Amino acid sequence: MPRFIAQRVAYSLVTLFLLSMTIFVIVRLTGDPALLMAEPGARPEDLARIRAQWGLDRPWPVQYVSFIRNVVRGELGRSFNYRLPVSELYFQRLGNSLQLALAATLISVCIGVPAGIVSAVRVNSWWDNLGKAVALLGLSIPGFWLGLVLILVFAVWLRWLPTSGAGDWRHLILPAVSLGWYFAASLLRLTRSSMLEVLGSEYIKLARLKGLPEAVVIGLHAFKNALIPVFTLTGVNLVIMVNAAVVIEVIFAWPGIGRLLFEGIFQRDFPLVQGVVLMAGFMIVLVNLVVDILYALIDPRIRLTR
Amino acid sequence: MAPLLHVSDLRTYFFTFGGTRVVKAVDGVSFTLEAGETLGLVGESGCGKTTTCLSLVGLLPPAARIVGGSIRFAGEELTGKSPRELRRLRGRRIAMILQDPMASLNPLLTIARQVGEPAHFHLRLRGRPLRERVLGLLRAVRIPSPEVRCREYPHQMSGGMRQRIVGAIALAAEPQLIIADEPTTNLDVTIQAQYLNLLKEIQQQTGVALIFVTHNLGIVAKMCDKVAVMYAGKIVEQSPVRELFNAPQHPYTRALLGAMPKLGRREPLYAIPGQPPNLADPPSGCAFHPRCPEVIPRCVSESPEEVVAGNGHTARCWLVQPDVEVSRGRPSA
Ligand SMILES: Nc1ncnc2c1ncn2[C@@H]1O[C@H](COP(=O)(O)OP(=O)(O)O)[C@@H](O)[C@H]1O
Ligand SMILES: [Mg+2]
Repeated sequence: MPRFIAQRVAYSLVTLFLLSMTIFVIVRLTGDPALLMAEPGARPEDLARIRAQWGLDRPWPVQYVSFIRNVVRGELGRSFNYRLPVSELYFQRLGNSLQLALAATLISVCIGVPAGIVSAVRVNSWWDNLGKAVALLGLSIPGFWLGLVLILVFAVWLRWLPTSGAGDWRHLILPAVSLGWYFAASLLRLTRSSMLEVLGSEYIKLARLKGLPEAVVIGLHAFKNALIPVFTLTGVNLVIMVNAAVVIEVIFAWPGIGRLLFEGIFQRDFPLVQGVVLMAGFMIVLVNLVVDILYALIDPRIRLTR
Repeated sequence: MAPLLHVSDLRTYFFTFGGTRVVKAVDGVSFTLEAGETLGLVGESGCGKTTTCLSLVGLLPPAARIVGGSIRFAGEELTGKSPRELRRLRGRRIAMILQDPMASLNPLLTIARQVGEPAHFHLRLRGRPLRERVLGLLRAVRIPSPEVRCREYPHQMSGGMRQRIVGAIALAAEPQLIIADEPTTNLDVTIQAQYLNLLKEIQQQTGVALIFVTHNLGIVAKMCDKVAVMYAGKIVEQSPVRELFNAPQHPYTRALLGAMPKLGRREPLYAIPGQPPNLADPPSGCAFHPRCPEVIPRCVSESPEEVVAGNGHTARCWLVQPDVEVSRGRPSA
């Protein structure tokens, strides 16, 4: 087991290292940030001074090494645009992103899990076909498109909900639905297939042979087993949604991490983009690592073969 | 007194491909079982043994339906009972042991919970009496240190132990009939023998009747009072166990006996040539005729009726001569 964990941790570090290099290079391909930081019509000497001030005149490998050295020390650098530490900006916005992701998760779990169970228990029924249609729509309609439609219907025409921004719970509904939509559909499909697999198992047959009420068979014997992969997906998706809700946050002007990243890209704010992407990568790698280790702990078969 | 179980002309068909294809998995099966008796149900796989058993407990797969016949259990007709009534019967008065002990237990529930459930739901036992009952059952199936084991999970048990726990579950609500569908197929031989001895012992103590499904005639000889040999959804021969071994009537039974390994025999085993028929498209006449070494023209065109060949001994074969005395003296029920 310790070897298994060490191996997983090593893989995770390699992943993060590759991610840091990739984002370092890509962000530098977007152009010269000095042009955006300087006054319009600035002279070449001014631009050179700004580059020197932020260390952008050094060769890329040197810049990369200093970036990584900072990261190892737990510093993500200072934003060009805000003139503040990236970590401070990140944690300021984290709460908003978390709020949105939690709301989206709640909505999608409340829709996806019960619908998936009903689809599995009444397989090939009218309900199941409805579920399949919803899942197909969910997986094929992009969240940003749904977001625009929702804004149009509920904010512009009906005027029930605000178009954008943060505030009370009413601001949360439309972005959370748009963000959770895709996930509700994938949860529905996973719950359905996981439940179907469990319902076809011998231990469910034995539970029925015992003469247990159907509610106990489904609600306890099947549900408990079917839920393991569903919980895992939910946890992983929550982390992903916190970090990767860029498009939805931009559409709804939601002041979260995604919007921060978007602004950073527009401003060629290298430290900000690098920091946010690396934090997202770190959290996603971490949650996958935790899931791998938990599975290994739960399932002795995984533990023994590694 | 009426027998514990009387099945007559039971027909259970699978309707697949939207009902366009009919598989007659159980096609006119009749047998009786007295209280405390053991019936062996033998035949190659795919001949309808499991479907017969599941018909008795009312837990058929969605594609299957009982289309005819009757199942009388302790004087009650089971066909046509509501799912709710059947559920009350299952686990309480008829229990069933499945083929795969490794897969039959829920991996996330404790042994105590799983063994206790039938007593909890059917006998309404709670708290201490329930716990005592669970421990008693685990002791009855020889689980060592049951107080510790009952708090454990299935993956902490060996295959033999798990199958004994499945046995304890079957016994939990004191049923009158236990159906065991190839319960030892997946166990290794020594554990298999221990398990069979345990079942036999429990049967002697509790007087429970047993339907024992197997394709191993050696187990039948050891465990059963009488045997029904199934082929392609029909019982082709039925008799007290000793008589079946001494005077098999149906060529299929003889072929099965010929395929049985015997101690000290050198010549290679005789395997039954050919494949069991596809029940979606069965052969004309007697379903065994394409593989039968003694086939006559009549077998191809006409399906033989059940013939009484001795005391409690019937067979479905054109070559079997009716035992006139028995047929006349004791008309078959
Ligand atoms: N779910 C099913 N759908 C269609 N046909 C089935 C299904 N299950 C079993 N059958 C058919 O029913 C016949 C009897 O199966 P089964 O009762 O399992 O036999 P056994 O237990 O003797 O091996 C088989 O020939 C098989 O083709
Ligand atoms: Mg079977």
